[in-house]
Amino acid sequence: MTASVLISLEVNGERVDAHVLPRLNLADFLREQLQLTGTHVGCEHGVCGACTVRVNGEIVRSCLMLAVQTHGASVQTIEGLSDSGEVADLQAAFRDRNALQCGFCTPGMLMAAQDLLKQEAEPDRERIREHLSGNYCRCTGYHAIIDAIEITARARAGGQA
Amino acid sequence: MTIASANPEILSELDRPNSYIGKTVPRPNLERLMQGRGLYVSDMELPRMGHLVFLRSPHAHARIADIDTVAAKQLPGVIAVVTGKELAPVITPWVGVLSHLKGLKSAAQHAIAIDRVCWQGEAVAAIVATSRAVAEDAAEIVRVEYEELEAVTDMRTALDPATPVIHPSLGDNLAFERNLDAGEVDTAFAGSDEVVEADFIFGRHTGVTLEPRSVLADWNAAEARLTIYQGTQAPHMVQNIAALHLGLGESQVRVVCKDVGGSFGIKVHIYADEMATYALSKLLRRPIKFVADRVESFNTDIHARDHRCWGRIGVGRDGIITAFEIDDLTGIGPYSMYPRTSAIEANQVVNLVGGPYVTRNYRARARVVFQNKNVMCQYRAVGHPIACSVTEGLVDLAAAKIGMDPVEIRRRNLIADNAYPCASPSGLRFELLSHHAAMNKLMTMMDYDALRAEQAELRARKVHRGIGIASFIEVTNPSAAFYGVGGARISSQDGVAVRLDAQGSVICQTSITEQGQGSESLTAQIVGSVLGVSMERVRIILGDTDNTPYGGGTWASRGAGIGGEAALQAAKILRRNILDVAAAILQSSPNELDLAGNAIVNASDGSPRMELRELARIAYFRPDTLPPGIQPELMATRHFVPREYPFAFTNGVQASWLEVDTDTGFVKLLRHWVVEDCGTMINPQLVDEQIRGGVVQGLGAALLEKCIYDERGQLTNANMADYLVPMSGEMPDIDVGHVVSPTSETELGAKGAGEAGTAGAAAAVANAVNDALRPFGAVITEIPLTPRVILTALGRI
Repeated sequence: MTASVLISLEVNGERVDAHVLPRLNLADFLREQLQLTGTHVGCEHGVCGACTVRVNGEIVRSCLMLAVQTHGASVQTIEGLSDSGEVADLQAAFRDRNALQCGFCTPGMLMAAQDLLKQEAEPDRERIREHLSGNYCRCTGYHAIIDAIEITARARAGGQA
Repeated sequence: MTIASANPEILSELDRPNSYIGKTVPRPNLERLMQGRGLYVSDMELPRMGHLVFLRSPHAHARIADIDTVAAKQLPGVIAVVTGKELAPVITPWVGVLSHLKGLKSAAQHAIAIDRVCWQGEAVAAIVATSRAVAEDAAEIVRVEYEELEAVTDMRTALDPATPVIHPSLGDNLAFERNLDAGEVDTAFAGSDEVVEADFIFGRHTGVTLEPRSVLADWNAAEARLTIYQGTQAPHMVQNIAALHLGLGESQVRVVCKDVGGSFGIKVHIYADEMATYALSKLLRRPIKFVADRVESFNTDIHARDHRCWGRIGVGRDGIITAFEIDDLTGIGPYSMYPRTSAIEANQVVNLVGGPYVTRNYRARARVVFQNKNVMCQYRAVGHPIACSVTEGLVDLAAAKIGMDPVEIRRRNLIADNAYPCASPSGLRFELLSHHAAMNKLMTMMDYDALRAEQAELRARKVHRGIGIASFIEVTNPSAAFYGVGGARISSQDGVAVRLDAQGSVICQTSITEQGQGSESLTAQIVGSVLGVSMERVRIILGDTDNTPYGGGTWASRGAGIGGEAALQAAKILRRNILDVAAAILQSSPNELDLAGNAIVNASDGSPRMELRELARIAYFRPDTLPPGIQPELMATRHFVPREYPFAFTNGVQASWLEVDTDTGFVKLLRHWVVEDCGTMINPQLVDEQIRGGVVQGLGAALLEKCIYDERGQLTNANMADYLVPMSGEMPDIDVGHVVSPTSETELGAKGAGEAGTAGAAAAVANAVNDALRPFGAVITEIPLTPRVILTALGRI
C-alpha cells in the first residue's frame, strides 16, 4: 500500500497537519481523523449531498474529494459554520419551520442553502429547489426546507429580521 | 368531529391555559442535529472497536462449495475472518413466522449463509479489521467457490411445477395465502350495469434511509453483558431477539438508540447482518461496528411493494359500487423476514381494499411467494399504497365507464360520516371516520371546479393536465392484534415515567423512540401541559432499554396515540402527587390548587403560591418539615395499550394536479393536496410535516423508484445514481388540511399520522396521469409511471 502523505490545511479556522493515505477521501478524513462527525456519509458516490462541505469557499462533495487534495486549502464544515454564527438565521428558520426530521441531511442542506444565499439575494422557490436538487432528504418532502430558505432569504434581503 | 381547532369552554387536562397541546412549538432536539452535533451510530467509536465488512454473494442462488480465508487473515490489520459455519455455534438460526397468519411458512435463516446463498447480497463471510478500509481490502481476497443454482425470480411462475422449489423442505414456493369472501360477490357483479377490471403492477422499491443501517455491538466479557448501539425503531424488540438467539437473558442485553438517520420501517426489523454483528462481538470479545454502505443498503435493506394485483369493480349507472374483487400476488424474497414476517403486506392489501366504501360485497385472494431476490417486508404504510392504488384506480375506471365525475362517484359511495361505528367487509372496525367532510374540505382547498375549467381550457391548447383523487384509510395505534397474538415478543403497549427533579424541572422516560417524527416534542408538550411546566424544563429520555419503561417503540403510526396517552396518564398521576404535597405545605387542599407557569397556583384565580422549585427543595432536602405521614412521590409511571379497538383507523383524501408531456412521457407534478383526520393533533406542524414527507415517499413510488432485477436475480440499479429517489427539483408544494375526529379510546384522542401521506399519494398521481391521458384513450395501471411506461401506453414507442 502507498505510504501516507503529510498534508497541512485549515479546518474551521484551525491549522491541521496530518498524515493521510492517498486513497482517503475528505469525508472519512474529517469524520475519522478529525472527529468532525457533522459531515455525514450517505451514498459515498456523490449523489446524496449529505457530505457537502466548503473548500476554499466552494461547496464540494467531500466523498468525491481526496484528503490529499485539500493540502493548503481552507475547509469549513457544519461545526465551523455553526460556531461562527454564519448560518444562525438559517438554522433558526429550519427550527421554526421544522425543516428537518432525522437531521442526517441537514448539515449538507445548510451548506448548500448558504451557498445559494451567498450567490443570490432573493431566489424564488423554483430556484431554491433547483439549487438543492443534489441534496437528498427522505423525511421532509422538501417543502419545509424550501420555506425555511425562502424566509431566510427574504429576511436577509431586508425584510423583517 | 370538528373542522377547525375547537375552543372548548370547559378546560380539561389537555386544554388548560398555556397548554402546548395543539400548538406548533419547535422540537427540542433540533439544535444538535442542525449543528452537526448529533450522535448517530455511524459516528460512534469505542476502545478496541473492530470494523466489520461482509463479503456478499454475487449470485442470486448458489451452493457454497468452499471458502478460503487464509490470505485475507494474513493481511495486516485484519482481526478475524469468520464464515457462517464458524459463527453458527454463537447464534442460533430463526424462522420468520407468526401463528395468527395461518399457514405462513418460511425456512431457517442463519446470520451468515452456511452452505447456500439465496439472494444476491446475502453475507457469506465477515471480515473484522482495525479499519473499514482494511476490512474491505481483505474481503477482496477471500476466495469463495460457488456452484450456481437456478434462480427463481418471476413471481408469476414461482408456483409452477416446473419452477425449482427454493426450500425443498417446505414443499413449494408458497409462503402464505389468504382468501376472503364477504357478501354476495357473484350476485352483485351479475347485477351490475358495468364491470371493469385491470391488472395493477407495482415496482419493488425500498426505503433508502439517508443513514444506512448501522450497529455497534459491545460484548463485555467481564460483565457478561452485551450493549447494542443501533438505529432501531424498536429497542426492546431488538433486546429480546438478540438475547434469544445468543442464549442470553434479556437482562444481559442493553439496546441504546441515539440519533437515527431515517427509518420508515427499514429499521424496525432484525437483519441477518445485524445478528452477525452481535454474535461477532461476543465471539471476538470486543466492540464491533457495522455500517452498511449504499450498495449493501440496496441489496439488503428490506424491499417492499412488489405486487401484481388483478382487480375488478361492479358499478350501477347511478354510480353505486356493487362489489370489489382482487387477486394479489407478491414475491417476498427467499425468507419471511424476522420477526414481523413478510406476509403482513399482502394481508393488509386484503384487509384494506374497498375500505373507504359502503359496499359489503368483497372477494379477495392474496398469495405470497418465495423468490431469489432480496427480502421484502414492512415499509412505511405497509400494504396501504397497494390497496389504495387498486381501489382508487378501480373507482376511477368505473367512473370513466359510466361517465361520472371521480369526485361524484366517491361521494355516492364513501361511508357516511354519521354511520359510525361500523365495520368493513374484511372485518376492520371503524370507530369514527370523516370521508365526506375530508372530501368537502379538499374541494375547497383545491378549488376543484376552477381546476377542472383550467384543465379543459389547457386541453384545447394541447396542454395535458390531470386531476387525480384518492380517498384512503390508514391503520394506526395497533393493539396486540398486530404481532403479540401471533407469538411475537413485540410489545404493543408503551410506558412513560415522569419525575420532578430537585430544581422543579421534569425528567420523562418513554419507551417510544425518535427518528425525527417528533416523539420527544410531543411527549414534552403533553407532560409540560399537564404539569404546567414550560417545555424547556422537560427533558425526555428515550431509546435505552436500561433507562426507559418497557414498550414497543415508534412504528405503525403508534408513537403519539399510544406513547402520548401513557405520557398523559403518567403526568396526571405526578400532578396529583405534586398537588398533595403542595396542599400539605400550604395548608390548603389539592382541589384548591393548580399547576401553571412552573409554580403552584390558586385554582380559583391563578395567583402564584409556590414555585415548583421550592416544592422540590422541601420534598427532597427538608422532608422533615412536612406534616407526619406525608411521603412525597414525585415520580409516576403509567403504561397504555388500546383494548377496545384492534386499530385506530384514520382516513383522508389526496389530490394530485400534474402535467404530462405526451412527447417525452415526463410528468411534472404541479401541486398536491391532502386532507387527513388523525384525531387530536398535539403539534399541527409536526403532523403536517409527517404528511408531507409521507406524500413524497409515495410520489417517489409513483414516478421514480424501482429495484430493477434481471432474470438471474441481479439487482441492476443498486446505487443512488440509477435508483431514482425524489429530489427537491421535481417535487411539488403540498397543501395539508385536517378534519379532527378524536378517538374516544384515549383521553388524548390522538391517532397516528405518519403513514397517511404515503398511503394515497401514488394512487392520486396515477389517477391524475390517466385523467390527463383520457383524450388519448390510454389507461395505465402500473407504477412507477416512467416516461417509457407512459410513451408505451400512448403508442409512441
